[in-house]
Amino acid sequence: MNFYIVSLIKIALVFAIFMTTLAYLQWVERKVLAHIQSRTGPLRVGPHGLMQPLADVFKLLTKEDLLPPYVSRFFYLLAPFIAVSLALIAISIIPFGPEIDVFGYRTYMQISDVNVGILFILAIAAVSVYGVALAGWSSNNKYSLLGGLRSSAQMISYELPFTLVIVSPLLLANHLSLRSIVDSQAGYYLGFIPRWSIFQIPFPQIFAFIIFMIAGFAETNRVPFDLPEAENELVAGFHTEYSSMKFACFFMAEYANMVTITCIATTLFLGGWHPLFPAPYSNWIAPLVFFVAAILCFIAGVQNVRKRDRYTFPVFGIAFLILAAIFAVPLFWQVTMPIFWFCAKVGFLLFTYIWVRGTLPRFRYDQLMKFAWTFLFPCALINLLLTALFVAVF
Amino acid sequence: MDTVLFIIFAVVAIVCAFNLVLQKHPISSALSLIGVMGSLAVLYLLLGAEFIAMAQMIVYGGAVMVLFVFVIMLLNAGSEKASSKSWFAQLAGLPLLCAFVAVLGFFVRAAMPVLRGVRFGTWVGGTAERIGQVLFTQYLLPFEVISILILIAILGAVVLARKEID
Repeated sequence: MNFYIVSLIKIALVFAIFMTTLAYLQWVERKVLAHIQSRTGPLRVGPHGLMQPLADVFKLLTKEDLLPPYVSRFFYLLAPFIAVSLALIAISIIPFGPEIDVFGYRTYMQISDVNVGILFILAIAAVSVYGVALAGWSSNNKYSLLGGLRSSAQMISYELPFTLVIVSPLLLANHLSLRSIVDSQAGYYLGFIPRWSIFQIPFPQIFAFIIFMIAGFAETNRVPFDLPEAENELVAGFHTEYSSMKFACFFMAEYANMVTITCIATTLFLGGWHPLFPAPYSNWIAPLVFFVAAILCFIAGVQNVRKRDRYTFPVFGIAFLILAAIFAVPLFWQVTMPIFWFCAKVGFLLFTYIWVRGTLPRFRYDQLMKFAWTFLFPCALINLLLTALFVAVF
Repeated sequence: MDTVLFIIFAVVAIVCAFNLVLQKHPISSALSLIGVMGSLAVLYLLLGAEFIAMAQMIVYGGAVMVLFVFVIMLLNAGSEKASSKSWFAQLAGLPLLCAFVAVLGFFVRAAMPVLRGVRFGTWVGGTAERIGQVLFTQYLLPFEVISILILIAILGAVVLARKEID
């Protein structure tokens, strides 16, 4: 019985945090992109546009829900449902931390540990093409169909290097369960180089990591591989005919896929929740980071540029101070430290996603395909062969 | 719990299979086939063959069916029209089908050994480690032969799809 209650609590917690992350990821993306392009980004709703996600949700909920008469109705309604549910399922097997002790009950910081975890992820990735493909087809619209076709072709092509490149860290870890993969990356070489897959002897997986990230961009249909929704060619690609909540579903699915891919990259290559430095030093990094953030907020609050908004920076400074205090209590370290390191890595990778979106132009379609089949695929294959060789020899 | 799940997904599989045959539009049929694959994967999972279940989803549910759907979308195939049935099919179709199923069932029953009931969750040979071991020791030759066969098929596809260079 305890198991079911704890599982329900975990699911509720992960769901709430995941949803908030999705909403605010969009705010972060707009802000970062804006600053990359010398703009200010959302600024009107709430201080620094912080209430923008809430406003967006209300806007999407209250918009008229159009159902065009020429669509294939059943599939048209099914497609966003497939897209969003598959995107949200994958988070259920991501391990956020080790086994913890909550009031005497031992549990893992993970909803469930599937012993074929990574295959489960691949299965979800394989099936999630249908959301986009069906949306494109059922809309009965040239642009949508082209978007759906492009997306299917792209996802099939990039699944190949994606899958091949996942195999090489698995050879090092010797497990398919995500938690065991993270466990196999614990420890340090020479006392300071972490044993993450990207540094691990006998064959560091740094190339695998890069290929994984590139293929991940393509799998999630993000810039520079966002041809399925290239607006200057296809209006909005596969979701041209969708409005209101159905559009929001695709939107949410895209961001959820992004978070999932970065979580998997963290788990497979960056050692999951294991800190960058050995424990005695790394435990003080989190409070230090928050403390510095608090100081910066206070400084910004003192030299206020925006005369009408005097409270945002001090309030955030206090919030960061409280966070620093929480992360400095050794009693909470068993929960706070894994969460901090996991979120730091995932956050960095998500920032990279946004950074690339602000930096690179879109590929042409033939370039995209050529890149996948003549460069990425052979690279992944060579990497796999070398890893297998090194693992077998040493 | 296992039995309930088994009944649910067995029913889903059979309904999807019937739907696959009855639907007029190719896309509906293809999606029903995906439903069959998915429920079969759940049945494998119930029997303790988690690796096979995931392989089923990745290979059949994912790769193969995506190609099906892709081709249907690319060719923009419309609904099939029911052909006017010949008098022979109208008259003897159903009895012949029944007879065929009965004969097939008879031979299958005769050829198969007596099966004991299946218990959920008792079999442990379905993990990736066990399958890998068996595949690379006991069934090494068939495995390698199939790899070569698939390689030949890929080469054949490349040769057929290659543009003529004059």
